[in-house]
Amino acid sequence: MNKLLSIKGKRTVTDFHRELGKLMWDNVGMGRTEASLKQTLERIPEIRSEFWENVNVLGEGNDLNPALEHAGRVADFLDFGELLTYDALMREESCGGHFREEYQTEDGEALRNDEKFSHVSAWEFKGTDQYPELNKEPLVYEEIKMSQRSYK
Amino acid sequence: MNLTLRVWRQKSANTSGQFVEYKATNVSTDMSFLEMLDVLNEDLIKRGEEQIAFDHDCREGICGMCGLVINGKPHGPLGATTTCQLHMRTFKDGDTITIEPWRASPFPVIKDLVVDRSAFDRIIQSGGYVSVGTGGAPDGNTIPIPKEDADKAMDAAQCIGCGACVAACKNASAMLFVAAKISHLSLLPQGRVEQDMRALNMVAKMDEEGFGNCTNTGSCEAACPKEITLDNIARMNRQYMKALFKSNLS
Repeated sequence: MNKLLSIKGKRTVTDFHRELGKLMWDNVGMGRTEASLKQTLERIPEIRSEFWENVNVLGEGNDLNPALEHAGRVADFLDFGELLTYDALMREESCGGHFREEYQTEDGEALRNDEKFSHVSAWEFKGTDQYPELNKEPLVYEEIKMSQRSYK
Repeated sequence: MNLTLRVWRQKSANTSGQFVEYKATNVSTDMSFLEMLDVLNEDLIKRGEEQIAFDHDCREGICGMCGLVINGKPHGPLGATTTCQLHMRTFKDGDTITIEPWRASPFPVIKDLVVDRSAFDRIIQSGGYVSVGTGGAPDGNTIPIPKEDADKAMDAAQCIGCGACVAACKNASAMLFVAAKISHLSLLPQGRVEQDMRALNMVAKMDEEGFGNCTNTGSCEAACPKEITLDNIARMNRQYMKALFKSNLS
């Protein structure tokens, strides 16, 4: 908290929030590719280091301070956005609402890879600029069989 | 459009506040009132001034978080509209707009336009809970409720607890709010079981928190973004009187 207040840089919290949001929307949105994800993983640490050097959070830490509250959230979003991108990159399939453009059927439908990715990925944050640790929770179905959803 | 804003700035509950004048330039008519303040806040930060603190959350008129007194009216000039749903097209280029927090002693200012409305939470807590299980939606429908009662209960349930009624009232009365909650529950069979205790406790808490009484002016009803009507207050008073007599008899 004191660190955020002491930076006294030139850019507002909203400015960083918007930049990160646009990057995530464009590159880690519903449609994503290996290239767009790798580019994001290069860009987020750059935005993050600029954030911690150049953000401007006014006011004090002891009273109600909406700017400080927002700054704390955006600091979290920077770490979380990166973690989310690691997960998206590692999951080489199209699953749920997320479409990895490299993995699609001949007629453009989402193509899952149940052999490799039939698990929930629970990532463990290991600190900024450290690769997070992946914990896998396997998806085990006893009664039903996994199949391809079709709206056709 | 370009506007002049007179905004209440107050550092904390313990310091005195004052109006500060700001120029809002290039305001789009499509902006909501809160978006206009967001843009002004960005400008303020870039100039090295602390942003104006104001409450907001859902920004779709259903949460009850936002609330500013705009040109003397809680939630501004439009009827049945929360501050977040008020758009700048309601104003004209060159207008001067005065923006204040809710003014009522049970709602002390925390900072600028943010007030402490936890007195409302304490009134709700004092009402206790409904001990009758209502089950899921199909179970609920097994108890027949006359359409008229259901409509009145739902109308009362519209209250989002924003506190505009208190801000509008010359007595800082919270009776429209409390009446809405009491009506909402006591019009339905499940809520009727505990209605006497609820009315006694909530009214006592409301008085204890320092809210004033109703003198039937009706400004609360006019300011209410959810159009809660005064007859809810009449219903609450009837219920409170009945409960009081019953509690004296037993």
